[in-house]
Amino acid sequence: MQPDRHEISVSVNGTAYRRNVESRMLLSDFLRHELLLAGTHVGCEQGVCGACTILLDGAPIRSCLMLAVQANGHELSTIEGLASDSGELSPVQKAMHEHHGLQCGYCTPGILMTMTAFLKQNPSPSEEEVREALSGNLCRCTGYQHIVDAMMAAAQAMRASAP
Amino acid sequence: MTTRFFGAPVKRNEDRKLLTGQALFIDDVELPGMLHAAFLRSQAAHARIKRIDVSRARQRPGVVAVYTADDYGAYWQPGPLLVPPPPIPGSVFNQRTQVPLAKDKVRHVGEPLAVVVAESRYIAEDALDDIEVDLEPLPAVIDLEAALRPGSVLVHDDLGSNVSAHVHQSKGDYRAAAAKAHLVIKRRFAYEHGIASTIETRGVVAHWEARSQHMTIWDTTQAPVFVRNGLAALLGLGERQVRVIAPFVGGGFGPKIMMFYPEEVALPWISMRLNRPVKWIEDRLEHFFATTHERGQIHDAEIAVARDGRILGVKDVFLHDGGAYDPYGLTVPINSQCTLLGPYVVPSYDSAFTAVFTNLPIVTPYRGAGRQHGVFVMERLLDLAAHELNIDPAEIRRRNLIPADAFPYKNGIIYQDFSQLEYDSGNYEPVLDQALQAIGYSEFKREQKKLRAQGRHVGIGVACYVEGTGIGPYEGARVQVQANGKVSVATGIGTQGQGHFTSLAQIVADQLGVDVTDVDIVTGDTDQFYWGAGTFASRGAVVAGNAVNEASRAVRQKALKLASDAFECAEEDLVLADGRISIVGIPEKFLGLGELAKRANPMRGAVKPGTEPGLESTQYFGPPSGATANGVHAMIVEVDPDTFDLKILKYVVVHDCGTVINPLILEGQIHGGVAQGIGNAFYEKLVFDDQGQLLNASLADYLLPTALEVPRMELGHTVTPSPLNPMGIKGAGEAGAIPVGPLFAQAIEDALQLKEKNVELLEVPLSPSRIFDLIKASEP
Repeated sequence: MQPDRHEISVSVNGTAYRRNVESRMLLSDFLRHELLLAGTHVGCEQGVCGACTILLDGAPIRSCLMLAVQANGHELSTIEGLASDSGELSPVQKAMHEHHGLQCGYCTPGILMTMTAFLKQNPSPSEEEVREALSGNLCRCTGYQHIVDAMMAAAQAMRASAP
Repeated sequence: MTTRFFGAPVKRNEDRKLLTGQALFIDDVELPGMLHAAFLRSQAAHARIKRIDVSRARQRPGVVAVYTADDYGAYWQPGPLLVPPPPIPGSVFNQRTQVPLAKDKVRHVGEPLAVVVAESRYIAEDALDDIEVDLEPLPAVIDLEAALRPGSVLVHDDLGSNVSAHVHQSKGDYRAAAAKAHLVIKRRFAYEHGIASTIETRGVVAHWEARSQHMTIWDTTQAPVFVRNGLAALLGLGERQVRVIAPFVGGGFGPKIMMFYPEEVALPWISMRLNRPVKWIEDRLEHFFATTHERGQIHDAEIAVARDGRILGVKDVFLHDGGAYDPYGLTVPINSQCTLLGPYVVPSYDSAFTAVFTNLPIVTPYRGAGRQHGVFVMERLLDLAAHELNIDPAEIRRRNLIPADAFPYKNGIIYQDFSQLEYDSGNYEPVLDQALQAIGYSEFKREQKKLRAQGRHVGIGVACYVEGTGIGPYEGARVQVQANGKVSVATGIGTQGQGHFTSLAQIVADQLGVDVTDVDIVTGDTDQFYWGAGTFASRGAVVAGNAVNEASRAVRQKALKLASDAFECAEEDLVLADGRISIVGIPEKFLGLGELAKRANPMRGAVKPGTEPGLESTQYFGPPSGATANGVHAMIVEVDPDTFDLKILKYVVVHDCGTVINPLILEGQIHGGVAQGIGNAFYEKLVFDDQGQLLNASLADYLLPTALEVPRMELGHTVTPSPLNPMGIKGAGEAGAIPVGPLFAQAIEDALQLKEKNVELLEVPLSPSRIFDLIKASEP
């Protein structure tokens, strides 16, 4: 059986891409292996670990649970687009560095995307709310404490710099 | 020398790459013409292979090749024995290492039967369904005791039994000790450790370049040098023809050490045969069967104590589930046997274990590497003794701690590194004191009565442990000042998140008077550093760290010598700081390290005999034996009496790992270890049926702790430097994970007052439903 193919257009981190893809291709594979945006990581391909989380029109989604064709016409954001063009880290990235919120760094892209969206929605979270928001992303290295500290600090920094 | 960076909470050099998605992980390797492999795996735990027909798969468009064991020819051979058994008199060890593709028989679910190579991973996986396999099922060997009964089905038919190993070690006269003891307590304990479940699964990319006759292998390994040597030998190549690169690796914890997994062996061979690069990335389902586990032991143990709670002796006979093959030798059960002794004076010890072959995935070290099992037995025996003798659990521990003046302390048995188990240094009582203080032990005991009166089920636990770390044989490092003044360092260890790019850079930065960010560390590339053993047994910082220190010192000496020649002054009159060497008191007269590096490589003229070019040095370090770290964990927990769900109200770790390089990184190591310990104690359980099928092989069913289960931890440190290395370092990688099981058992028993219900928690993992079952079973 010859797999059917589709023409799709997506915007990733503000750049427009047009590709012809198999209908069964996962969005995570599309980003990583077709667009070579390999910063999005794949941990389970079952939607549990959260490593592959990206933003679809601003909302966090699991890119392993979506097909590339479903992203047609949508705007995607990935870890590659978090820092500014001049290379300045976003407040969430910066706080992760300051608080040693990453070790092997494999789950980190998903955590950054999940929490970037969360902090936008909830700029003054309690620690419990941060933990709840983080609980869909598995990390095997850090025990989460430094990530939680980082997110509390990032929230504060973002509030302080908000206009 | 000023130490500006050593001991400081320096932020990590490697973070930026990881935070911006620019770090290269195995699945990020993309090469022109790359093929993709997928493995057909046995769905039966134990079966005879009648027939494998791959003809249809070979015809599928996009499939390039399909191989079974028969296609391997002479390349098919069992993997190497990774760790030979320590020289313990009377030991039995039956070596049966894993095979590259199953032939004749499959011995565990997930064992590979065939490999498909195709133009894409999607096509390769499609083609797996085209392969026809005829397996004749055999009964599976699962139960450790049944496996040893005469007439049991055999995992390895030629062996005549399911015994993988038998080891007996003893010291003193346990029988005499028991005879004069005030109390002897005997119980059966079952401790199961689960799977490491790194968030990044394993992967291999192999690239044979026929023109240069050179093989490059990217591998998620913790021990690239060992893998290079082994694969070169297997492939009939010289070591210099093979380069193994362990890129950024998404967590290791043991199972990624150096297994010569079937996939690691297959990919380079395939690449040579097809003359194209090939990639294989494990998926999560495969990871549950194809990557090694740690799993269970059953201990029949007894402790003999005096009336005052002093230990007179311990006897332990245990069974160890080794899985289908035993490539890692005796490391895990030896660790259990040795670490059981803990921080205590145990005058007599009699311990024997039998490692058993089963039709389950292979067991190799996973963070803690068997230490947990031993610590659980000892800590629980002490709790039981404390209860019988009406001594406080913390107090019985205190009475048995090895006194500070008894170090180095000889335990009288042999450890995994082949040397006598000797604790190099330690000061245990202050660690216990600090932990009790931090958890508020005596205040809680008073408070507990009040809370109980309010109907709340709160309990406390305290557990002690030691951790053998930093074992040999050796590591090396090359430190090189470049012409731009930046320092490049290469070492043979692999790294999987431990922060080596920073902690090792701190050592160099202090020696050479440069900034940490000016030091670039390369790990895990055998073309950058040729020699080494790898990252395991909490040894990276200890062994590689000291090698880096030695090499940096040598470079420092070289730089000072060059500058003293240039300035025509004594070395004592020079200062090395801010990347330059100047004369004391004349800061404007200086030579930068980069300039000195250039001068160290003259283009013309003669050099003195014995001159080595470059501002560079390669040095090696090998400790005489492992350095022993120690610690105490304490926890206050509240248990829901109806659901048996629990909430950790307070968690304290006080730990002594000698001199600390980077307290921030150390904290992270402890936090992560505790999180894995919590998973092991209460959430993670591999559930097999009696046919060896894993019933919960997904992250939705095998529960890794989330940010909601892992509490905020309070950490404390004491520092007893190790005399075994110049920097006084002890390893810290496994400490967080080791004592969490007995801590949970003790605290939950206390919270639910289980002793009064005649319920004892003698097993791990626990869970709400397991506690419910145990309480129900005890009711008349």
